[in-house]
Amino acid sequence: MELNSKDLLEIKELSGDEINYILDTAVSFKEVTGRDIKKVPTLRGKTVVNLFFEPSTRTRTSFELAAKRLSADVINFSVSTSSVTKGETLLDTARNIEAMRSDFIVIRHPASGAPHILAKNLRSSVINAGDGAHEHPTQALLDMFTIKEKKGRIEGLKIAIIGDIAHSRVARSNIYGLTKLGAEVRLVGPPALIPMDIESLGVSVFYNLEDALKDVDVIMVLRLQLERQGINYFPTTREYAWLYSINTERVRLAKDDVMIMHPGPINRGIEISPEVADGLSSVILEQVTNGIAVRMAVLYLLSGYGERVV
Amino acid sequence: MSENVIMDKMGIVRALSRIAHEIVERNKGTEELVLIGIRTCGVHLAHRIAEKIAEIEKSEIPVGILDITLYRDDLLKRKEPPTVRKTDIPFDLSGKIVVLIDDVLYTGRTIRAAMDELMDFGRPDMIKLAVLIDRGHRELPIKADYVGKNVPTSKSVRIKVMLSEEGFDDKVILKDDQ
Repeated sequence: MELNSKDLLEIKELSGDEINYILDTAVSFKEVTGRDIKKVPTLRGKTVVNLFFEPSTRTRTSFELAAKRLSADVINFSVSTSSVTKGETLLDTARNIEAMRSDFIVIRHPASGAPHILAKNLRSSVINAGDGAHEHPTQALLDMFTIKEKKGRIEGLKIAIIGDIAHSRVARSNIYGLTKLGAEVRLVGPPALIPMDIESLGVSVFYNLEDALKDVDVIMVLRLQLERQGINYFPTTREYAWLYSINTERVRLAKDDVMIMHPGPINRGIEISPEVADGLSSVILEQVTNGIAVRMAVLYLLSGYGERVV
Repeated sequence: MSENVIMDKMGIVRALSRIAHEIVERNKGTEELVLIGIRTCGVHLAHRIAEKIAEIEKSEIPVGILDITLYRDDLLKRKEPPTVRKTDIPFDLSGKIVVLIDDVLYTGRTIRAAMDELMDFGRPDMIKLAVLIDRGHRELPIKADYVGKNVPTSKSVRIKVMLSEEGFDDKVILKDDQ
């Protein structure tokens, strides 16, 4: 099997088989990340450029480590130090980077669709590391990997995604992925943070947290993205926490072996209580560990493509 | 197109039995001995040899699994990246005598990749190579220490080791596509 594209832009365009193929491949890479020498020579001589137009520590570091563990060379461009501040357009920046013979461009950008523009115009494989409120495909892949690793399957699981659905690219990518793999996805949050007609994606919507958590296998807590909102969608964060914060008492409504996930960075005491975030059901740090294996798998599976089209 | 059976079920049993005896004899026992099978057929052969050695010496020896995909030298020349499966070596290789096991020895490139990967797992005292079939045409300076059968071939033929673990009847066939 192969991925039918030069780029990884969104989960929406992948088939269930393709998602499973990436997850299966990541299992092999997880073994590599557990070795004493966590490095294989697979992408020797290839160059990965991290092009981040938004702040990020986790995702950028994760991609950097993934590339380095495959023996690729990595360059990090961040906006504050680049020529973007001098008025260069996105495409010009990217073309200049490609002129230095990059093979992969990992891009994070506040505008939805920015990675698609690069993918259309460049020969390098483009990987979306988050575009606006659109998608964050590798986060969803690592979430699905973590669920599959813990639960052995995704099909038939009840999964609640809680919080700011409207502004969350993590939620969107997970909704596409989890429903393709046969999970029952429940979205929960204040009405103002849940998009209209989102049920058309095959999910159910709850406004009451207690109802939504009943018998779920997985609780996926989203970060309250205060910086992305602009206007106030709810009166106060205190009220939000009172209604939607995941605490020990609420976790009891779910199945006994429920797993708690969060893409980070967490706002302790707002969307999740410290006891839950640090508790035994939490897999938040395992998600971070798995992110490297999943990104290695993505880099590897996209690596053959360049030779094919040129 | 023609197809010849060059080794049958009993032939495989005898060859593996002889290799097991030779390993034990040359190693003077099973101390520090580990077997590493190269996916896919090498793994089955490694388990069979380990069983045989257990019969002879009454001692279990560890068997590991090596997937060399990430160490191949033709990865970026291929149209699509081949499926990667898991390497599984749940023991330390430092100070061990490793016998690498594969089904067919041909160009030697798989063995080069396997040795590179093994080195990333520690520093074995010694690496030996056992193969069921040696068909010649080496492209690297590599030689097997234990060979089931030498089969001089032309480059146009294919040799396929078929094992019951993969759902076949045990045999080795030589296929000529011309």
